[in-house]
Amino acid sequence: MSWLFALCACMSIVAVALICVFLFANGIPAMKEIGVFDFLLGTKWAPKNHPASYGILPMIVGSLCVTLGSVIIGVPVGVLTAVYLSRFCPKKLHRLLEPLVQLMAGIPSIIYGFFGLVVMVPLARMIPGCTGVSVMTAAVLLGIMILPTVINLSESAINAVPNSYYEGALALGATHERSVFFAVLPAAKSGILAAVVLGIGRAIGETMAVIMVAGNQPILPRSIFKGIRTMTANIVIEMGYATGLHREALIATGVVLFIFILIINLTFAVIKKRGEKR
Amino acid sequence: MVLPQQGARLGRKDHTPKPTQGFQSWLLRLLVHGAALFTFSILLFLIGYILVRGIPYLTPDLFSLEYTSENCSMLPSIITTVEMTLISLLIAIPISVFTAIYLVEYAKKGNKLVDLMRLTTETLSGIPSIVYGLFGMLFFVTQLGWKLSLLSGSLTLAIMILPLIMRSTEEALLAVPDMYREASFGLGAGKLRTVFRIVLPSAMPGILAGIILAVGRIVGETAALIYTAGTATEIPNGLLSSGRTLAVHMYCLSSEGLHTDQAYATAVVLLLIVLVMNTASALIARKLTKN
Repeated sequence: MSWLFALCACMSIVAVALICVFLFANGIPAMKEIGVFDFLLGTKWAPKNHPASYGILPMIVGSLCVTLGSVIIGVPVGVLTAVYLSRFCPKKLHRLLEPLVQLMAGIPSIIYGFFGLVVMVPLARMIPGCTGVSVMTAAVLLGIMILPTVINLSESAINAVPNSYYEGALALGATHERSVFFAVLPAAKSGILAAVVLGIGRAIGETMAVIMVAGNQPILPRSIFKGIRTMTANIVIEMGYATGLHREALIATGVVLFIFILIINLTFAVIKKRGEKR
Repeated sequence: MVLPQQGARLGRKDHTPKPTQGFQSWLLRLLVHGAALFTFSILLFLIGYILVRGIPYLTPDLFSLEYTSENCSMLPSIITTVEMTLISLLIAIPISVFTAIYLVEYAKKGNKLVDLMRLTTETLSGIPSIVYGLFGMLFFVTQLGWKLSLLSGSLTLAIMILPLIMRSTEEALLAVPDMYREASFGLGAGKLRTVFRIVLPSAMPGILAGIILAVGRIVGETAALIYTAGTATEIPNGLLSSGRTLAVHMYCLSSEGLHTDQAYATAVVLLLIVLVMNTASALIARKLTKN
């Protein structure tokens, strides 16, 4: 029977191999046809023009901008909330709040997107010069969406720090807050870094929520109050009617996204491994 | 007599730090509490807002058996969601549970293949759903020629939830004390019998919690389904016909922009399902830690 278990265990390898093969086989030829540099660094995305131009730089920049923004918002709040849950929160409250974090992770992205559309976009429109659907709106929404990821991983990293660090700092006369922030938190550094990397992965791959609040113009953003299109949005919006080279260019966009994700996953694995060694 | 050091231990204010330290501590405390307050009030506001705005629009019309562009009924998509969930679980549970059994009970440490399995599983759990959607479209829909269908969608989702169920099963299996296995071997049971009769039953709550989380993920999934299962509004009449799940239905409603009220109502149903799933999973997990 053990051969059956082993066979099942190989399924994940098969799945990853299939995903790689099919994405690359369908995406790479298009990249070659368009020209790798024109594709990656072209600033004009106009598949309906004659001649059509397929430059995805605006989308790459868009994904990076939105992700960076979400990290700026989500990471400090997430790490501080993790510190609260781990070292400041009364035990009874913790039993109530912990499932809430899980719930936050479980809420579908389409609901976050809808919430962004009906609540945050009108709010953002009140800022002068802001179109409502913008880099900023998307960044704030994504910042909220990566909170549970950041909180979960940072909290377990903080919990894994031996209590002697905290007690040692207290014994030296530091206050509770200073012990936590200057003795415990630095010791949990690598775990928190891993949390941030995973959060980045979540943010850059997020699709449905971003589509609803980012505006989706395929142009380089002039300011954070203007609309933007991410790589993920590009795929979902145009795949429905794309044919020929246009379709392949969209798949190639997926390949670029996939490569980004692989790099992020690799970074995560390296950080985790280094943390385990110590 | 209270020594100064003891005083410091009894109450933090007794020992006198430099004024800057006191301020710093106060500021840090403020930041920590502020962040936590922000996180949880956003969450509660989101849930509250959707419920308050959506519940008034939950009319019987929304649950009629036929979808028309007037009633925007969500019943067909609810049925599709249930079918899709069952098929995905049917495929994913055996594979992921067996994988976990292999990794925990059979695999030898330092085996290169096992390392590769772990690496690929971690990769799978990090891939965003849109990439799964693209893959499903290229492989199931186009290459295997299954068109936009229930089957293509379910298989795509099954791959997506593999790492989720696998990891929780693995953790649950690891948590079973070795004593159980040794006792079983001592009584003369074989490896296989021990796994199925002793280890799996004791790990069941953990596995179940993982499965429920996976169901939540399936119910909320949109990006992986639009180009694998399609957006047909009818109840699919076979494995190879297209259908939209509730989340996809909600995406269509809100992106059309014509039926915002119905979108609110759909959001309520979606949110309630996810709430129930999460509560169930948390309760089971809590029971597990109590034992």
